[in-house]
Amino acid sequence: MSKIEIKNIYKIFGNHPEQILPMVRDGATKEEVRDETDHTVGLDNVSLSIKEGEIFVCMGLSGSGKSTLIRHINRLIDPTSGEVTVDGVDVLKLDHKELLEFRKHSMSMVFQRFGLFPHKTIIENVAFGLEVQKVPADERKETARMQIEAVGLQGFEDQYPAQLSGGMQQRVGLARALATNPQILLMDEAFSALDPLIRSDMQNQLIELQSKLKKTIVFITHDLDESLKLGDHIGILNGGRLVQIGRPEDIIMNPADDYVKAFVKDVNRSKVLRAKTVMTKVEQFDAKNINPSNIYSIEENVVIEDIIPKVLKERSTINVVDKQGNTMGYITANELSDALTKH
Amino acid sequence: MIKKIIAYTSLPIIFIWLLITSFNASKWKPDSANELLSDWSWLNNWPKWLDIPLMKWINDGFKVFNEEYGIYFEIVNNFLLGAILSIKKFLVMLPWPLVIALVVVIVFFSSGRKLGTTVFVGICTFFIGFLHPKFWDKAIETTSIMLIGILICVILGIPLGITMSRSKKVRNAILPVLDLMQTIPSFCYLIPGIMLFGLGAVPAIIATVIYAIPPLVRLTDLGIRLVDIEVIEAAEAFGASRSQKLLKIQLPLALPNIMQGINQCTMMALAMVVIASMIGTRGLGDEVLLGLQQLNVGKATEAGLAIVLLAIVLDRITQAYGQKIQDRNKPPTK
Repeated sequence: MSKIEIKNIYKIFGNHPEQILPMVRDGATKEEVRDETDHTVGLDNVSLSIKEGEIFVCMGLSGSGKSTLIRHINRLIDPTSGEVTVDGVDVLKLDHKELLEFRKHSMSMVFQRFGLFPHKTIIENVAFGLEVQKVPADERKETARMQIEAVGLQGFEDQYPAQLSGGMQQRVGLARALATNPQILLMDEAFSALDPLIRSDMQNQLIELQSKLKKTIVFITHDLDESLKLGDHIGILNGGRLVQIGRPEDIIMNPADDYVKAFVKDVNRSKVLRAKTVMTKVEQFDAKNINPSNIYSIEENVVIEDIIPKVLKERSTINVVDKQGNTMGYITANELSDALTKH
Repeated sequence: MIKKIIAYTSLPIIFIWLLITSFNASKWKPDSANELLSDWSWLNNWPKWLDIPLMKWINDGFKVFNEEYGIYFEIVNNFLLGAILSIKKFLVMLPWPLVIALVVVIVFFSSGRKLGTTVFVGICTFFIGFLHPKFWDKAIETTSIMLIGILICVILGIPLGITMSRSKKVRNAILPVLDLMQTIPSFCYLIPGIMLFGLGAVPAIIATVIYAIPPLVRLTDLGIRLVDIEVIEAAEAFGASRSQKLLKIQLPLALPNIMQGINQCTMMALAMVVIASMIGTRGLGDEVLLGLQQLNVGKATEAGLAIVLLAIVLDRITQAYGQKIQDRNKPPTK
């Protein structure tokens, strides 16, 4: 069952969005609407569903509507038209009080520029979600302390955010989001403001946390490498329209249009593509190409970067197996060459 | 659309109505239209019949207002007078070294234990009395009027600033009023003040509030609106209600600006207290006035200096507190 369901969302910014809606429905582009009516199309008929426990990455350049989209999930922004369902609850039908309760318990958010409260100490920042829920002070301090430890910031509890580096501040942001123990995490360009090394660090930390916590994460980024690294599924936005949804391999192997093609052009495919995507299936494989003296077995989810030397140097035939050990297909220099050069 | 039509039709109607009433009320109107057409001199000098009787309206209105509601002003008057007198009596009763000690302690803690500021302010306070023994009680009188004035400013101004920051409509309605309060010459409201409250300290307080409240309102509004949108979004994303957002996030983060507003408010209040001496408010201002009337330059200067010293003391106290909060929110300098 899908955790978050977004159906036909339209968002138009301006004075009279309702009047512009029919025009957008009829297929006018963002530029046409802007030139003719002085309104900005934020989202144009976006539908997607996000499964429980997955990392869904929403990618696009700035102005593509990705930050607008994520704010519809906790209704920091109301859509002009459309439906948002979280856990079967129609978010748009909640009244003000219900909405506050929903935000308190169902999800939390991590921000690009951290959004920390500069007048509160680290521990007060992390405990803020619980403070809003009116959890007693001792209890929330205890939880906050645990979260601070989980992100490796023990010893900084009583400092102010301005005293910490960017990477540390975002770890506070992450700890703050996790402190309320929500099932859904919304991460709005959470790592974009960090420098590359720290960013990579944080990505690894997130993957590690996720393997333990199994949250449903909606992650926004403009960086394709980041989305390929983190995402179970990726949605690509352009001018408010969702141009492609798919697994990282799908996006790379079959880009839906020129926009996506331009994105994936420079990607290091060998780091993303997995053996099962590249292999030729057993039925289709010509058995005489197998070099029986030099067969090497790997698991289907291994990225091909790891097998390149085996194939190219040792001239091995790679035998791709599933978890039970059944042979799924084979990879030789031919398959590798196809996978790495396909455009 | 409809609103615009109403506005565009009603405004000319009001204007025409104003023209007709002012024409009818004028004593010097021409006998007939022919007279206007044959003699065009009325285009040269502003004609006497083109004159809104605003003065008469205000005077009549004010008279009725005074008669009908005078009793309420009496109550306000007595209340404020009582408040001022009790503060003044209390401060005058205290031995002066104790007052200086109190000021020093307040500055020490509000400035975050800065020794230099504390000593400086202590010396300034001492010099107020040192300039002329008479000044000590006068300064206390001035301070008590100001304290009440500032208190009223804070009680009214901060909520008003908060309301403005939350609604564009309210802001658009209040901004012109603030402009008016800042530009209209103070005597325009000092005089009706005297008529409503009588001579003395109370109209001075009212004038102080009118004169000193605009910067506080503006800075409160500005301070709240300047709070980083992402920080507000973060609070909202955790389900903070409007009041939680205001009390836990917006007000604390706007505090440096609000303190600056209170500081401005204090300085302007001090300026007004001097002007108010002309309507019989006692205090340091009335020494300046006396010096001027007697062409006694030394006396006027001495009293002026005492006012400056008082200003420094009050400025340091309010400024230092705002600075302390600001330091905490700033990234450390490396």
